[in-house]
Amino acid sequence: MTEEFTQKLLQCIAATLHKPVETYRLDASFEELGIDSLDGINILFALENEFGIQIPDDAARNVKNLGEMAQGVWKLVEAKGAPA
Amino acid sequence: MRVAVTGVGALTPMGATAAEFWRALIEGRGGIGPIQPCLAAQLRFPHGAQLRDWDPLAHFDARTADLLDPFAQYAAVAGREALRDAGLTAEDVKGTRTAILTGCCAGGQVSEDIQFQELYGKQTGRVHPMTIPRIMSNAGASFLSMEWGVSGPVYSISTACASSGHAMGQGLWMVRSGIVDRAIVGGAEASFSLGFLKAWEAMRVVSPDTCRPFSKERKGLILGEGAAMMVIEPLEAARARGARIYAEFAGAGMSADAHHITQPSVGGPALAMSNALADANLRPEEIGYINAHGTGTLANDATECRAIHAIFGAHAAKLAVSSTKSMHGHALGAAGALEAVATVMALSEGVLPPTMNYMTPDPECELDVVPNAARAQQVGAALSNSFAFGGLNAVLCFKSPASL
Repeated sequence: MTEEFTQKLLQCIAATLHKPVETYRLDASFEELGIDSLDGINILFALENEFGIQIPDDAARNVKNLGEMAQGVWKLVEAKGAPA
Repeated sequence: MRVAVTGVGALTPMGATAAEFWRALIEGRGGIGPIQPCLAAQLRFPHGAQLRDWDPLAHFDARTADLLDPFAQYAAVAGREALRDAGLTAEDVKGTRTAILTGCCAGGQVSEDIQFQELYGKQTGRVHPMTIPRIMSNAGASFLSMEWGVSGPVYSISTACASSGHAMGQGLWMVRSGIVDRAIVGGAEASFSLGFLKAWEAMRVVSPDTCRPFSKERKGLILGEGAAMMVIEPLEAARARGARIYAEFAGAGMSADAHHITQPSVGGPALAMSNALADANLRPEEIGYINAHGTGTLANDATECRAIHAIFGAHAAKLAVSSTKSMHGHALGAAGALEAVATVMALSEGVLPPTMNYMTPDPECELDVVPNAARAQQVGAALSNSFAFGGLNAVLCFKSPASL
């Protein structure tokens, strides 16, 4: 993952949830960050738009924190052949 | 005043009449299958419980069919069947002493989708003049009122997945209080339009394979559609006219979670169940079967089981609890009506419909879920649960006709 990618991801999440970007760290669990299931589907939708990817339900279901989410999104972006 | 169920009608992906629906339910023949290819090609999930080969002209003349979205057509067909089944004619039900209460979640989505495609997609700059009458969620109730001359209270209730539960409960209270002499209650939904399906896809709650309520392997709900209606009237009136009595409609309980727009809670559903028991004047130990909301999502099934344990305590171990959504899918605004018919038939026939597609027990759903095969068992009383997004709950209580 590049720093540029991570920043873009965190900014996308922050914009989706209407919070300052500093709120979000890759090592925090969704629970710690107050992200519930409804926030989760909003974030997935925003990330799909931002990076031009499709995030499968099965992959999304197993993700427990922002770090895992970033890894998953990074893989999809790389697979698309146009790294951010 | 006690209230009886004297007529049932159902139009479902597993059978086009209440009798066919019931036979399929107890034989475990579900209606879940591939969604029609033109829709499935644009979706991330392949399966649904969709009405196949629907031909409105088999039920309506061409001019009438033009006026009705599929959901209203389904409502009309199920309503007619329930009235005929109750042995009632237009002469019997016309006038102000009959009510019609129908549930619908989303209204005429099929019509809306087609017409908005004209506008946004084809850029025609206009939509069909019948778009509004087809979209409005009271269209089915209105059609039945016109066809049968019913001029009493007629309206639709829209509370997402609890719509028809609320409609049927309201109908019970209306008949019981003497406001009307009978009511036609139920619900209808036509769920298979692209825009609506895409909206469900975005919620990420639809299963990639099938609906496995209470199984450890469950991955979400399967969307369904159809309609079901019942005729309800005072027990004494039903007896006086020699009507067949399927069950006593003994109570209804409603509540709101006041919690979260999509996450289920334990307290709200538990309160609706205890309200239904109180309304029916029954103790928890007198319930033998629950037709669960049982959507097959991770969150719903575990939470519903906790709510059942909270209300029934030690008796929960003796209860049979099945989710027929494993066969007819989640028919949204029609779900409560389909499941009420299943519950009423279970009491009437002495057979409990199964939870199909069941695999491994989930410790979070520790109940007797009647796995994979119907069970011959006569219970005295049963509940039918409906819990909606938005935290709105409706629970119906029925008693066996043997208890009358």
